[in-house]
Amino acid sequence: MPSSTNAVAHSLRRLGSFAIEHVERLGFAARFFVAVVANTPAAFRRLHLTLREIYFSGVLSLVIILISGLFVGMVLALQGYDVLQRYGADQSLGVLVALSLVRELGPVVAGLLFASRAGSAITAEIGLMKATEQLAAMEMMAVDPLARVVAPRFWGGVISMPLLAALFSTLGVFGAYLVGVRLIGIDAGAFWGNMQSAVDFRQDIVNGIIKSTVFGIAVSLIAVFEGYEAKPTAEGVSSATTRTVVMSSLAILALDFVLTAFMFRGVS
Amino acid sequence: MSQSTDQTADTGAVRAPDIAVELADVTFGYDRTRRVLDGISMTIPRGKVVAIMGGSGCGKTTILRLIGGQLRPQSGRVIVGGQSVPDLDREALFALRRRFGVLFQFGALFTDMTVFENVAFALREHADLPEELVRDLVLMKLHSVGLRGAAQVMPAELSGGMARRVALARAIALDPMLVLYDEPFAGLDPISLGVVGQLIRKLNDALGITSVVVTHDVYESLKIVDYMYFVSAGKIAWQGTPSEVHATRDAFVRQFVDGEADGPVPFHVFAPSYRDEIFADA
Repeated sequence: MPSSTNAVAHSLRRLGSFAIEHVERLGFAARFFVAVVANTPAAFRRLHLTLREIYFSGVLSLVIILISGLFVGMVLALQGYDVLQRYGADQSLGVLVALSLVRELGPVVAGLLFASRAGSAITAEIGLMKATEQLAAMEMMAVDPLARVVAPRFWGGVISMPLLAALFSTLGVFGAYLVGVRLIGIDAGAFWGNMQSAVDFRQDIVNGIIKSTVFGIAVSLIAVFEGYEAKPTAEGVSSATTRTVVMSSLAILALDFVLTAFMFRGVS
Repeated sequence: MSQSTDQTADTGAVRAPDIAVELADVTFGYDRTRRVLDGISMTIPRGKVVAIMGGSGCGKTTILRLIGGQLRPQSGRVIVGGQSVPDLDREALFALRRRFGVLFQFGALFTDMTVFENVAFALREHADLPEELVRDLVLMKLHSVGLRGAAQVMPAELSGGMARRVALARAIALDPMLVLYDEPFAGLDPISLGVVGQLIRKLNDALGITSVVVTHDVYESLKIVDYMYFVSAGKIAWQGTPSEVHATRDAFVRQFVDGEADGPVPFHVFAPSYRDEIFADA
């Protein structure tokens, strides 16, 4: 009897310790976010630092984003046509593809790719700077690493993400056009015309941009936080990089559900 | 065991304005269970090169971090340039650090910048100087460590000794009053070792700065320093000038200087009786 009581007490202790540790980390991440935002003016005063990070996070992610967008659009067209033609609605292929991409797939898939390509790179870079004492050196030179290293990378990611999602959707629509119109032979006028009349700028495109911006904030914050908090060892940096990809992916999917529930509830 | 704590015999009378760094009865631990420093006191006069020596994990680097304000002592005073470091707010601490130079164990050069940009970093961050002047100052600093010709090289292309020299040029970029060296000799070949050692001494004298060198390299230190503190188990185990180090029969210093495997610092980690453990199952 005492041993089973001890086991329950032990489990409760572990559960409590787990909860406290994670709530504490969440609180610390929130304070970190406030500190990064507070350092935004310093980051933008030296605009070249943020522009450099837009290049590293955004421009260098273009290849994977553009190619993925193209193929996602092509696959969407093939699958969409297969279903739509059963109901005689194959002329609506453009609408299906455009709404799927602009509302959901563009922000979500681009976000997931961004987390894997740029988020992991940001975490690894900051983590290695910490492990090789570069951040400590900066601190000792009276330069705040939050302003010099973290804030430019955060804003570089936040600015890049909606642009990458927009390009992903654009290439996706183009891919669907290649398959639907050029390959399958759907009427080009119906493809573009139906798309134009069904896609609403405020309801679909702006909401898509809002989604991708929120994902950009989430991924960039997780990436810089994990890098900054990484244990200064090879194993620590490796774990932090993995955590960035996992946490960012889960955050994107969870946030997507919440945002979709608010944005498209009751929309016909 | 400890020699007199008064440095006046060898370094001249140390008056308060002549003290660059003072630690008084400092205790520190990374957690509540183990003290890394246990009541350490030391005085570092202006213009001198002072070494803090001891085995790995004895708390040498912790002392450096306390001086630099990266850590706060649990008790005691840390005074740098007349200011109590633990009592400074972030702004005042950063103002004080602008008068510091720090050379980290492996240089800690910014890997995404050239040698030139590394040395120019602090100048560009803190001094609103025209780019032509920054260029001249950087080249002067690089020239003083013999690496003007490597200005456009990336840190990854440098040898360990050259990286340490670049880090030294970066540390003195703002003409600091105090330079902290964390294991400046670690992992260097004999030539680089001599070069870095001589640079520490020459730059100290030429620029009138104060140098605190944390190291476990006794022989190289003996050539360049004015005074040495030996730290063991969180306390000052011994202190004196290089000539006193050569002359002393103190068991700890002799073990350290002569590289003896066993002595006051035991070879074996504390463990139960060898006999009891071996024959436990017999």
